[in-house]
Amino acid sequence: MSESILEIKDLRVSYGGIEAVKGISLDVHEGKIVTLIGSNGAGKSTTLKSIAGLVKPQSGSIKFKGQELIGLSPDKIVKAGIVLVPEGRRVFPNLTVKENLKMGAYLRKDDLTEDFEYVYSLFPRLKEREWQLAGTLSGGEQQMLAVGRALMSKPELIMMDEPSLGLAPIVVKDIFEIIRTINKAGITVLLIEQNAFMALQNADWAYVLETGTIKTEGEGLDLLDDETIQEAYLGKTRE
Amino acid sequence: MLNEKKGISRGAIITLMIVLVVCILTIVLENTINPNSLLFTVIRKAAVYSLVAVTMNLLNGFTGLFSLGQAGFMLLGAYTYAILTIPTDVRDSIYYLFGGAGFHFSTVSFFEGIIGDSGVAGFISMILGVLIAMLVGGIVAAIVAYLIGLPVLRLKSDYLAIATLGFAEILRAIFQWDKLGKVTNGANALRGYPTFADFNIKNAQGITVLRLSSFIPILFAGICILIIILLINSSYGRAFKAIRDDEVAAEAMGINLAKHKMMSFIISSFFAGVGGALFAMFASTVQAKTFTSAMTYEIFLIVVIGGIGSISGSCIASFLYIACSEWWLRFLDNTQYINGNQLPLFKNGFRMVVFSVVIMIIVLFFRTGMMGDKELSDLFNKKRRKKVKADE
Repeated sequence: MSESILEIKDLRVSYGGIEAVKGISLDVHEGKIVTLIGSNGAGKSTTLKSIAGLVKPQSGSIKFKGQELIGLSPDKIVKAGIVLVPEGRRVFPNLTVKENLKMGAYLRKDDLTEDFEYVYSLFPRLKEREWQLAGTLSGGEQQMLAVGRALMSKPELIMMDEPSLGLAPIVVKDIFEIIRTINKAGITVLLIEQNAFMALQNADWAYVLETGTIKTEGEGLDLLDDETIQEAYLGKTRE
Repeated sequence: MLNEKKGISRGAIITLMIVLVVCILTIVLENTINPNSLLFTVIRKAAVYSLVAVTMNLLNGFTGLFSLGQAGFMLLGAYTYAILTIPTDVRDSIYYLFGGAGFHFSTVSFFEGIIGDSGVAGFISMILGVLIAMLVGGIVAAIVAYLIGLPVLRLKSDYLAIATLGFAEILRAIFQWDKLGKVTNGANALRGYPTFADFNIKNAQGITVLRLSSFIPILFAGICILIIILLINSSYGRAFKAIRDDEVAAEAMGINLAKHKMMSFIISSFFAGVGGALFAMFASTVQAKTFTSAMTYEIFLIVVIGGIGSISGSCIASFLYIACSEWWLRFLDNTQYINGNQLPLFKNGFRMVVFSVVIMIIVLFFRTGMMGDKELSDLFNKKRRKKVKADE
């Protein structure tokens, strides 16, 4: 197996007295697609937010290529090579598509021409709408923009919080195709999904979260065949 | 803005031309028609107000920080300017209630001592003194903004507005405090410093040959607004807009929220301080009691009427607003007769009633203001794009 790029040990996070994440440990290996699945309130988003530095954990450690991330500010974490595509797309509605992409590269000082070309080759639709305000895009296009914007920071690890949320099935398929393309280009992906079927089909490794702890882990396709997983997340009933 | 790669778009050039025409027209008119006309009072005050409105727009419209401390920062700028420029020989007579001035330094007198105090040399030393004092006024406002910003910028929306409003009121009280009388002249007015009228060029006999007193405020305010426009179109400006649109996403993209909010707050306050200095030059006396919260509301109103997030909107609105309040609606305050019968309602204060109704109509029916978040240059660019399409 390849080397682990992100190591989380015994992470605990509380919000106003409620413990959302109760000591989870997980590894993300370089160049893989890793997914966290679980129902609402399982602590998936909180875990991602802690990695991105948006939430301060109680205890535990998050190591990215050996560097401790807890205590670093979000901009330092982006600089280190981790970027988060936040839940619900969250593009900047009153900025143009191009300006949104530029915001993704805010901390970079080098030339962006190649990166624009790369993002536009992944999402030709964005090139067409370069001068349009992001708020006028459709949901699918906004999600593409959010992913493209994150790629502009040249990350080594891209984290996505429910990229399929509120999108038509055909668009979801496109999004997952893009995720695989990005991954083939050498970027490690950490993915959160409610759509467990799509996530497990595409992931190399998956963790199942339940009320703040990790219940099981395994290869994506193996978990897809697991009966208990099928019951809990894929809506299959026992005959 | 639409054609970033080409540098300056056609719309921007047209806008610049309009500003240039206004400047030339101001100079020509002031030297041909009665220089005491209300028109020039309106132009001077509106130029100052447009700068302050733009600084407020930078915070409210571009960074999404609802701040109402503008009058406070103007007060700092105005006082710093006045205290620094009152010539040393008249200082004691202005501070007579407190037994003379606390310190005897004046930038104008300082340069007069170096360059000379008569003729062209005197004029140049006056300009240098004024510029330095204006700059220091801005810097004082910026430093205070930094200190205030440390605790206050953690607050959001209405809470931030209340905190900044309170700060401005406290500042006004401090400047009226008798114990500081040696410096601030307590509740009494400061005067005797260079005003816009001092920029009129006189010949050796002391006769005015070229009036610039209305052009100078446009020039100063214009330069400051231009700097703010350049800032807004830079990558920092984009970061401000990103914070306004979505704080969480901006943070996830690696924008340091605290740092950028502080930067916007300090820059806005700096130019509000410069605007305060210009206001002092316009009013020719400085008194803390003029910088009330009502003044902040007036400026906020201009921003809303012009369109939150539009620089050109703020400028146009400030000229319209000041023209209405100082000039066009003045007749409402005077008793009016038709066929010898006195009309009811037309008495002192009726102007403000009509004014409030107009404002209510604007807020109810034109919620985005005159320009929305568009700029004048965008409008020209759009027209051109439509034309191009029609040609195809």
